[in-house]
Amino acid sequence: MLNYFLKRLAALVPTVFFVTLIIFGLQQLLPGDAALILAGEEQDPEVIAYLQKKMHLDEPLPVRYAYWIGGVLQGDLGESLRIQEPVLGLIKDKLPVTLQLAGMAMVIALLVGIPAGIVSAVGKDTAWDYVANMVALWGLSTPNFWLGILLILLFSVSLGWLPASGYVSPFEDLWGNLAAMIMPAFVLGNGIAAVLMRHTRSAMLQVLSADYVRTARAKGLGERTVVLKHGLRNAMTPIITLGALEFGTLLSGAVLTEQVFSIPGFGKLIVDAVFNRDYAVIQGVVLFTSSVYILLNLMADMAYFLVNPRLRG
Amino acid sequence: MKKKLLLALALAASFAAQSQTLRIGLAEDPDVLDPTLARSFVGRIVFSALCDKLFDIDEKLNPVPQLATSFQWAADNKSMTIKLRSGVTFHDGEKFDANAVKFNIERHKSLAGSNRRGELAPVTTVDVIDEFTARINLSAPFSPLLTVLADRAGMMVSPKAAQANPTAFGSKPVCSGPFKFAERVAQDRIVLERFPNYWNKANIHFDKVIYLPIVDATVRLANLRSGQLDLIERVAPSDVASIKKDSKLSMSRITELGYQGITINTRKGDGSNPLAQDRRVREAFELSLDRAGIVQVAMDGEATAGNQWVPPTNQFYAKNVPIPKRDVARAKALLKEAGIPNPTFTLMTPTTSDGQRVAQVVQAMAKEAGFNVKIQSTEFATSLNLADKGQFDAYVLAWSGRADPDGNLFSFYGCKQPLNYSGECRPLWDDLLNRSRNTLDTSGRIKVFATLAAEAAQEIPIVYLYHRNWLWAHNKKLTGLRTIPDGLVRVQGVKM
Amino acid sequence: MAALISSAVISPVIEAREASPAQRAWRRLLRRRGAMLGLFFVVFFVLMAIFAPLIAPYDPIATSWSAVRKAPSWEYLFGTDEIGRDVLSRIIWGAQASLMAGLVSVSISMALGIPIGLLAAYLGGWTDSLISRFTDAMLAVPFLILAIALSAFLGPSLGNAMIAIGVSAMPVFIRLTRAQVMAVKVEDYIEAARAVGNPHWRIALRHILPNVLPPLIVQATLSIAAAIIAEASLSFLGLGQQPPAPSWGSMLNTAKNYMDNAPWMAVWPGLSIFLLVLSFNLLGDGLRDALDPRQK
Repeated sequence: MLNYFLKRLAALVPTVFFVTLIIFGLQQLLPGDAALILAGEEQDPEVIAYLQKKMHLDEPLPVRYAYWIGGVLQGDLGESLRIQEPVLGLIKDKLPVTLQLAGMAMVIALLVGIPAGIVSAVGKDTAWDYVANMVALWGLSTPNFWLGILLILLFSVSLGWLPASGYVSPFEDLWGNLAAMIMPAFVLGNGIAAVLMRHTRSAMLQVLSADYVRTARAKGLGERTVVLKHGLRNAMTPIITLGALEFGTLLSGAVLTEQVFSIPGFGKLIVDAVFNRDYAVIQGVVLFTSSVYILLNLMADMAYFLVNPRLRG
Repeated sequence: MKKKLLLALALAASFAAQSQTLRIGLAEDPDVLDPTLARSFVGRIVFSALCDKLFDIDEKLNPVPQLATSFQWAADNKSMTIKLRSGVTFHDGEKFDANAVKFNIERHKSLAGSNRRGELAPVTTVDVIDEFTARINLSAPFSPLLTVLADRAGMMVSPKAAQANPTAFGSKPVCSGPFKFAERVAQDRIVLERFPNYWNKANIHFDKVIYLPIVDATVRLANLRSGQLDLIERVAPSDVASIKKDSKLSMSRITELGYQGITINTRKGDGSNPLAQDRRVREAFELSLDRAGIVQVAMDGEATAGNQWVPPTNQFYAKNVPIPKRDVARAKALLKEAGIPNPTFTLMTPTTSDGQRVAQVVQAMAKEAGFNVKIQSTEFATSLNLADKGQFDAYVLAWSGRADPDGNLFSFYGCKQPLNYSGECRPLWDDLLNRSRNTLDTSGRIKVFATLAAEAAQEIPIVYLYHRNWLWAHNKKLTGLRTIPDGLVRVQGVKM
Repeated sequence: MAALISSAVISPVIEAREASPAQRAWRRLLRRRGAMLGLFFVVFFVLMAIFAPLIAPYDPIATSWSAVRKAPSWEYLFGTDEIGRDVLSRIIWGAQASLMAGLVSVSISMALGIPIGLLAAYLGGWTDSLISRFTDAMLAVPFLILAIALSAFLGPSLGNAMIAIGVSAMPVFIRLTRAQVMAVKVEDYIEAARAVGNPHWRIALRHILPNVLPPLIVQATLSIAAAIIAEASLSFLGLGQQPPAPSWGSMLNTAKNYMDNAPWMAVWPGLSIFLLVLSFNLLGDGLRDALDPRQK
């Protein structure tokens, strides 16, 4: 098992290298002279020249890449040229926000998706199946930003139950924080719930017809024990892997959800940075999130190993 | 004993009642909070509470004293002596005096990446006459000086703080405004706290001001409606009707200093842009447009039609060049004369909803005169690039406006100036622009602008469409909001 | 001896029994009501898109200053939008854009992803490692970020949005194809086909691909649903279909500013996107069940 772990760790290196190439390549794709938009309304030629120098725009691509990677390896992710704050600081500020949003979304997805998948699998082809399907699919079939706006209009403007947007730290005001995060987390978790439902359903279906379940049933164990104890535990393995994979989807969804609800997390940071050509921010944040994603996948693989005794040694 | 307790309770109650926070919703996240480096409109809204300036402007665009109490032009108009207010301190306790003024102007002119250099180009040096008197020396008479000093170039930061933190001053700005900097979370909030030693503290009725950038206008309004915000700026024109019906909200509006227009690339180039080939094509294009109609459909009536770089109500508006009425017949005739009866060109517009609406309306209107307009929606950053390189036919571009007409003119019409996307380069125009700067008296300037307006109306490098209304919506309990055409929110005098 | 093996294995595994697996799958699909509902709506919208020029009552880009933001009436069944265009006509014509966004993007993803995945699994070794690591890297970067950057690069337009979405969604197909091909390539009939001397391309196209197709079809259906949503999302950011041409995503984006005074502008595109995407999702789920060989 250690061997496997080391092999996987070694495979990380080329992956991360490719990630940096993709990120850097994407930046250069962004059309237009980055210095122009960062120079603001007045477009002062001296400011433009100053920014071009700061971003090394006069140097060839490989040199710029080297500057960036060199900095990263020393722990310096550069600074946002728009507001003159170090990228690492921005990441530190926004990490808890996005983490909380992703976490809450995941919880909602699990609470909705897994039971829906179980119900759908156990009651296959009955009315329960269709209902469960609908509940989960509904979230996947509406654009994030649209659902968000509808919820805001309903719960904030009409009913006045929840704040329309914004974020307040849970340490400052726990209830306020939860009130502000519940709608965006719901919008974000919806889509994932559907994916979880599908996988839970197919995993459960597979497992329920398997031999050891038939054995359990033959032994006279109650249906619920069969389903939950034996079925679910074995169905969990692909779900763990899925959870890690879906982190990427969460981040994608967070981009729009954060825009609509004005949540100051990574998603909003990245989108604004793209439109403002704030290269350092784009590069630094995407590198960070990609690395986390890759790490999560590695951990999920390890967990998979641990949970499924048949795969061990 | 009982009395004392009651008194204490009453005091405590009044104290609690006094602690008021003003929450303002902004349309964008401000950029760096350093007046020297700042590059956006929205940042100025925060500055108006954070950093006092030498002068401010009033509703009629006249300069009024703020950190400076009076000014005096020298006899040759090549310098201005300013008397400063005494007893003013910066947020860090440092004294504000003429040395601070000298430091700040020099900082504006010399700091790497400073965005104020262009504005202060005619300023050469600053002399300290005495503790509260400074003299600003110019290379030539410069009439816009007062309005320049009534904006970011006139903002004064604490020299001590600026020197202690030369590269990252913007993350912890220290100025002398009514509120001092408390906290900033990028894209989330900017929190300012009351500065107890503000020279005009009687006029400040809040303890805290929180700016919350919320980009989506619908969500911004939703926040105001649900009570999370007290005031929002740049209300969407389509929301005005429903705000009027809401008994808890009020609206304020004023015509802006800037404009929305279509910049035309007049460089003949490879001949593919019919608008560049013959001025009659440009005139025909202008005549095919119904400005009132555009205002109605694209802006829900929340704008004033215009044809110059200043609104018709501005004192410098050239009355000899009135807004042309729509005349499709004449437009068609002009096109026939020019030999291009069905010109085709591409109208570049940023992907903002305003720009797109205008482009679509213009496309439909111009079609009736025979124009075949293709709309090219371009992301803003890319469009700037294309405009800079002169790779466009026509460009829907708005300008936020400056208090002095020079701010709406010089960079746009001056030869090789940074915002001169149309590519016009005429010695006569440069001469007129310089004269408008060198002339100090208003009537003289009006004459110069009249000549320039007539010239521009002939060549039509920019088709000015309208001047938008600044729209603020706020809680009915909020009073004292002054509607000044620069679109900023001044906290002095506002109470709830 | 050789003749025995060759005749038994050269023809693809999908061979006729009393009813071919394809026909059995189709019958299973027919039984799932959700999938049938999905199929119905998909066909409905496809027909709407094809016959748009004939059934739309007005020109979708014809403006009318006097009819700005009119509520639904007999004259304008779905009402008009912010510059006086008929919403119903724009919905009908917009079906073309939204369907294309789904179909073309996924076609691009498949056209790029399947060959690459096939190559990786078939060739193995360094090629496989390289492709796999690169795919991992692509999956590590959030999909929407990739799509936004590509869209910005290519320029805001429906066509470029489709390319951007197509390229960004490619890794899923690479991974899926690779996994399926890895499983199939060790099967006996493949070994036999190779032993007989079939060239690689023949093995890949005639033997491998048909057997990995079912899960790819399922994924394609689900990806179409996601692609339609992605186009709407890109429109929200100003990068999708540009005015005045209609697409449900960009209609929704414009309409969100008029929720108060003209809610019909948002209701119809929102409902249309929802129905179309839900339909593809239902269809995809149904196909997965129908094509799953483990289920009766």
